[in-house]
Amino acid sequence: MVKSDRTAVLQALSTATSEALREAVIWLPPDVKRAIERASATETNPVAKGEFANIARNIAAAERLAVPLCQDTGVPIVYLTIPPTIPLADDIYDAIADGVRQATLKVPLRPNVVDPLTRHNTNDNTGVGMPAIHVKPGERFTVTILPKGAGAENVSRITMLLPSQKNEIEKFVVETVLEAGGKPCPPVVLGVGIGGTFDGAATLAKESLLLPIDQMTPFEQQLCDAVNRLGIGPMGLGGDKTALAVKVKTAACHTASLPVAVNVQCWACRRATKEVIW
Amino acid sequence: MTITLQTPLADEVLQLKAGAHVELSGIVYTARDEAHLRMKKEGIPFDPKGAVIYHCGPVIQNDRVIAAGPTTSARMNNLTGFLLDKGVRALIGKGGMGREVREQLRNRAVYFAITGGCAALAATHMTLRGVYFEDLGMAEAVWVIELDRLPLIVGIDAHGNDLFETVRSQAKKRFERYQKPLN
Repeated sequence: MVKSDRTAVLQALSTATSEALREAVIWLPPDVKRAIERASATETNPVAKGEFANIARNIAAAERLAVPLCQDTGVPIVYLTIPPTIPLADDIYDAIADGVRQATLKVPLRPNVVDPLTRHNTNDNTGVGMPAIHVKPGERFTVTILPKGAGAENVSRITMLLPSQKNEIEKFVVETVLEAGGKPCPPVVLGVGIGGTFDGAATLAKESLLLPIDQMTPFEQQLCDAVNRLGIGPMGLGGDKTALAVKVKTAACHTASLPVAVNVQCWACRRATKEVIW
Repeated sequence: MTITLQTPLADEVLQLKAGAHVELSGIVYTARDEAHLRMKKEGIPFDPKGAVIYHCGPVIQNDRVIAAGPTTSARMNNLTGFLLDKGVRALIGKGGMGREVREQLRNRAVYFAITGGCAALAATHMTLRGVYFEDLGMAEAVWVIELDRLPLIVGIDAHGNDLFETVRSQAKKRFERYQKPLN
């Protein structure tokens, strides 16, 4: 690949990143809107019905005005698929960070990224290891952004169960939501990672949030029903719908391990994918 | 039924019951952690009698409120008493507040819940009227915002009724079934 081609690729990647981030914070994906509409339609608690009405009006207002749904525009989590024709090097990571900086100014996004100890804010939503970038080989060159707000991220949990504790998975998921209460802005979406390693389970949990949430397997539905029996409801004000959906991803693990991670996501399950075209 | 209220508030807040729908109009003052600390130290820059505090760090651009949803109120649990002592009649936020605040609200003020994540919607009910402590930065400054019928729920009323606490204790009870062995 000649140098000018590479420059064009990197520019296109920055633009795709910026556009995906803008789309994600303003427009909710169709599967998320469907899940919210369905939950809203069967909610019976009058206070919860009011909360759902506000959520629907907020989604419409953000779309009409092209402004972020929520003032917490999150930190950028990036999932990249890269075809065999594109060499993976540091400049790919730099181009994505550039896209994040552009979006921060243009959308605008709230500058949320700080040093964990000094709490110094970089004011451009980038920093060491941020954006968090996950790369996989693929047929097409695409960038997917999951902007993650702090309210829900802060109540996420991981546990290392024993192989004999398979029946405790549901309890751990439900307990996570119980402890979170109204803090993560329910009705939540739960990404559950089962298996792999300590860190792998957390990665799976976050990746689960990329799956369409308007459909569930019988196991996911079982977990979702168990969570909804708590009655915490939208915003912790009570109601039938504490979770919109539970999504599960699994990976093979050690015969002596059973890692389980729950990544909590607020009702605004924001994500968008753009193809990198140059 | 929706109750309409206009700031500054007075004894009408004592009639509100937890769970009631309210539309609030008039001036509110945003305040997060830093603004509370500053007001405690240097005094309240506005008349606190009948005032309403909004737990919010908005996005402001060109003197306009772009996005202004609530932040988690519980962070202000230990910073709220002095405001109520000075005459503040209502707080707005998300997630509810601690037992201490519930007691401090008794017979004088209420806590309103606003739907979390609904920043675009909230902004459509708002006009920016001024700012104090701008040196604290956009998120932490005290913004003076005029509301036009902002939809709220009474989360904690002036008589100790706390919707969040009721829901929390009921959820805890429902979780007890997992304490028994499952096999």
